[in-house]
Amino acid sequence: MPTKRIEIVQDILTVNDQIAEETNRLLHSKHIFSVNIMASPGAGKTSVILRTLQELTPEIKCAVLEGDTAPVTIDAEKVSGIGIPAIQINTGGDCHLNANLVRKGMQSLDLNALDFILVENVGNLICPASWKLGTDINVVIASIPEGDDKPYKYPNIYRGIQALVLNKVDLKPYVDFNLSYFKAGILALNPDVQFFEVSAKTGEGITDWAAWLKKQIKEVE
Amino acid sequence: MHELAVTEEILRKAEEIAEQEQANKVTEIYLEIGKLSGIIDESVQFYWDALCKNTVCAEANLHFKAVPARIHCEDCGNEYELEHDLIPCPACSSMNIKVSDGDEFILKSIEVEK
Repeated sequence: MPTKRIEIVQDILTVNDQIAEETNRLLHSKHIFSVNIMASPGAGKTSVILRTLQELTPEIKCAVLEGDTAPVTIDAEKVSGIGIPAIQINTGGDCHLNANLVRKGMQSLDLNALDFILVENVGNLICPASWKLGTDINVVIASIPEGDDKPYKYPNIYRGIQALVLNKVDLKPYVDFNLSYFKAGILALNPDVQFFEVSAKTGEGITDWAAWLKKQIKEVE
Repeated sequence: MHELAVTEEILRKAEEIAEQEQANKVTEIYLEIGKLSGIIDESVQFYWDALCKNTVCAEANLHFKAVPARIHCEDCGNEYELEHDLIPCPACSSMNIKVSDGDEFILKSIEVEK
């Protein structure tokens, strides 16, 4: 039997990435800016998101896609509760969102009525890093109680992000969290990242972070 | 779960190429996995063994080549590779380091029998 070797050299996630690019083109044609928010469970993703949306609205018309591994609507209900359209995306047990799920979720939104879409990924520091969703930027929300060693243990999530939001800074006096050690790890992996310190509980730092985000949103309008 | 999705993608691509080449079967599949890609080769192999049954890839062997993540010390210029955790420069203990490469997960080539 003759054998033949075929050179391919293709990224395994090409199909996902192609869908992500199509999504990004569609959103840009509608002048919509989008962000993918990743974090570990309990970092305070939803709390930071709610605070952020309150800063952005009503000037900016927002919508949220909520990724969850099971059909629980707790987070989506919180967002709907402040009058912002929220679509629940159930990954059916998968540990991350992918471009196809996000594309389907967006079909339930009125894209002509929006300036900004925020995607809340599944709480996980490992898998979401590999899956592009078609958003303009990726953001990780970290938090003081998680510890300062996260960039050293989960380096890949910090590689492709544009901003890092460090939440729960009101807990600094009570937790042994070495901020310069944490920052050094992040900067080793990603020297260009924007760094924000916030507390979703007290509101500290939220204005700076929201102002930066608003600037990005305005640039695509 | 993550590896299941990527293994399905490897199989889909290999089947597509086998059809283009009008091959009887796929015999070898060469993959390159970056240290920072988050992909574990044992998990890919586990899902592969389940997925490849009754396909043109049923007898194909997976070959994994690990691609290291490289670290450059900005202070003393030392170059080293990421092992498990990100560590300070072993030569000068500096944390002023930059990580490069190791993000890839690539289907490099396959071999088919005609």
